[in-house]
Amino acid sequence: MKKKVTEIIYQAINEINEELDQALKLEKSTNTVLMGSNGKLDSLGIVHLLVIIEQNIEDELDEIITIADERAMSQKRSPFLTIETLVDYIVMLLREKNDE
Amino acid sequence: MMNDQPIMLITGTRKGIGRYLAEYYVKNKYIVIGCSRGVVDFELDNYQHFNLDVSDEKKVKIMFSQIRKKYGRLDILINNAGIASMNHILLTPIKTVNKILNTNIVGSFLFCREASKLMQKKRFGRIVNFSTVATPLKLEGEAIYACSKAAILSLTEIISKELADFGITVNSVGPTPVKTDLIRSVPKEKMESLLSHQAINRYGKFSDISNVIDFFIKPESDFITGQNIYLGGI
Repeated sequence: MKKKVTEIIYQAINEINEELDQALKLEKSTNTVLMGSNGKLDSLGIVHLLVIIEQNIEDELDEIITIADERAMSQKRSPFLTIETLVDYIVMLLREKNDE
Repeated sequence: MMNDQPIMLITGTRKGIGRYLAEYYVKNKYIVIGCSRGVVDFELDNYQHFNLDVSDEKKVKIMFSQIRKKYGRLDILINNAGIASMNHILLTPIKTVNKILNTNIVGSFLFCREASKLMQKKRFGRIVNFSTVATPLKLEGEAIYACSKAAILSLTEIISKELADFGITVNSVGPTPVKTDLIRSVPKEKMESLLSHQAINRYGKFSDISNVIDFFIKPESDFITGQNIYLGGI
């Protein structure tokens, strides 16, 4: 599951990178920092990325989820900080959904 | 299936203004998706209907997923669904309050959010929300309805700023009373007194509303956002 979600996020990054200048392109690595002072994306960029990931999850896994849910928005350490934390958060959402 | 025709989603299409808008835009070569809680008793070419409560997040998200899979995009959202209840505050049950707030505020918010997700990818979108003259006229007996629509004005103004960078405009139209079910329970004298506050003292027509929507959604209106237009001269 983790591998698949990582692939889905990389696919979304490919889409985002098409619109970005060379210097701003996101590296496809789990260590890539998305948000914060070292992050490459501004708030609109994060919104755009999360929306594409949600749509790709619908297409690839046939699951409808809301990534920016209440829990994500209230955590002290944002799950959107790096690609790795984002992968972990989405995997958790999908597991919870399957347990429902 | 990709299509060059504009794809429009209208909420509350079972009757009244919503149904008129569905028929009007289908006639004008739009592909229209509609929704309502109850089933519809009409069929139109290029019209697809979903049965759902606009404040039911799960069902709304499934509908948007289906729209995306079928059409690949959404161009226009008309947030028409709304309910009202004419009651003195001392006679207003909390259940009625929650119902009005859920449909009018939560429903509009949810549709704006999900529609924007579809629109932002193409960097184009038009959202038209519904306000009401009951808010500026401070109509007695309409406290909850009017304040729910006051919230729509704030929602429209603020999200117009948040969505501008995505090429999405957000505006609202505030109809005067139109002869629909929404005002069926309002006494005639009350309606006449209401109409007397308008610069033009007549009931609104459905076409008055579609005229304002036409203006908001046309491509040339890409510099018009965060605005509200009241009909009738309030």
